[in-house]
Amino acid sequence: MRRAGGSADPDAEPGIWRPLVLVALGGVVGSLARYGLGSALPGIWTTFGINVAGSFLLGALVVRWPPGHWSRPLLGSGVLGGFTTMSGLAVQAVDASPTTGTVYLAATLLAGVAAAALGTRT
Amino acid sequence: MTALLVALGAVVGAPARFLVARALPGVTATLAVNVAGSALLGALGGASTGTAALVGVGFCGAFTTYSAFAVEAVEARSWRYVVATVVLCVGAAAISRSVAG
Repeated sequence: MRRAGGSADPDAEPGIWRPLVLVALGGVVGSLARYGLGSALPGIWTTFGINVAGSFLLGALVVRWPPGHWSRPLLGSGVLGGFTTMSGLAVQAVDASPTTGTVYLAATLLAGVAAAALGTRT
Repeated sequence: MTALLVALGAVVGAPARFLVARALPGVTATLAVNVAGSALLGALGGASTGTAALVGVGFCGAFTTYSAFAVEAVEARSWRYVVATVVLCVGAAAISRSVAG
């Protein structure tokens, strides 16, 4: 089993259940937060804010804790993975008018990648 | 009730993404879950409120991820990865949207 990044996997099978449960727990928390924000403030720019904020936080997280740390599955793959969404972005862009969809995609990509880069420099 | 359906979808979607990430190398895993999840969400156009919450907001939302994509793009310093992700995800969503009606 290999994980992204190419470095030697520190959790080379000392039980897959622990990280799996942490990811599931975090995923529920992050998804409910996304659902709550989307219900309170409906619209594509709420998703924009969620994706940009989540990218910044994940960038800050990965430079603080190594891949084997418990925060990676719980907060990284779990909370922030569940909080941010690519499927929501893609479908919202398709459903929007061509102009809004294009602006929305470009803004999310530029701000999201910039936020992730900024996060890694914190 | 809707929040419970979102949670149920997410409790499956997030670990499913994690398992794909362990099975596929590098950014391929994130690309795969994002394209598959975008196609599935696009197909849910006429779904009921319950199905949209369970499968759409919950499962697809948790299965796909923007934050991992953005951090990977920064780490790989690859705009090719960014463009490939956007083209494939939006394309998959548009195709499944039109097929599903």
